[in-house]
Amino acid sequence: MLTISRELIAKIFAHAHEDHPDEACGVIAGPLGSDRPERFIPMENAARSPTFYEFDSREHLRVWREMDDQDEEPVVIYHSHTMTEAYPSRTDISYANEPNAHYVLVSTREEGLEELRSYRILDGKVTEEPVEITE
Amino acid sequence: MAIEVRIPTILRTYTGGAKVVETSGSTLGELIKNLDAAHAGIGDRLLDGEALRRFVNVYLNDEDVRFLGGLETPVADGDTVTVLPAVAGGSR
Repeated sequence: MLTISRELIAKIFAHAHEDHPDEACGVIAGPLGSDRPERFIPMENAARSPTFYEFDSREHLRVWREMDDQDEEPVVIYHSHTMTEAYPSRTDISYANEPNAHYVLVSTREEGLEELRSYRILDGKVTEEPVEITE
Repeated sequence: MAIEVRIPTILRTYTGGAKVVETSGSTLGELIKNLDAAHAGIGDRLLDGEALRRFVNVYLNDEDVRFLGGLETPVADGDTVTVLPAVAGGSR
């Protein structure tokens, strides 16, 4: 289960809408082992594509180092699908390399659509999980 | 000669859980060979044949080695090599 605040969900949607028609992507860091998403870190989509995302490699290093220095880990890795549903694609599954992260997907395929779903992706297997929204 | 290699979570199964290991080499390519000799199987996660895998980022200190010399990049005592699998995906 993913437990996440309403405020963080709003930030994910805002980022996704801002970057549409390109896919938006980012991280929410939390204290190591806590499973609590706390610090919102929108990332640049270096691919700048409506169908692909990739963290810029320099920014990736900077953010990962920062998290390491602060005893944090990526609790949520989110991205948006601009034309399809909020379900992990084959490429999403291939490149899911953070075993402890909740992979959050939103879809911006329709205006006003607030579709957000969360998944664990381990060894190529996708398991959807419920999202508990806290105030 | 000691070069620090920082290992991402997903590859720590090859290093017995270690986040940081030490190895040696005078180029990145040699370093990866030596790393694989000590931690069998890790080489295949970093290399696709004779080249660095497209969706694995390798950094020498602060620089992505793609902008340096790739596998030919010289490495030296005191350097830190960091490995981070790319975070990527798409609609297909």
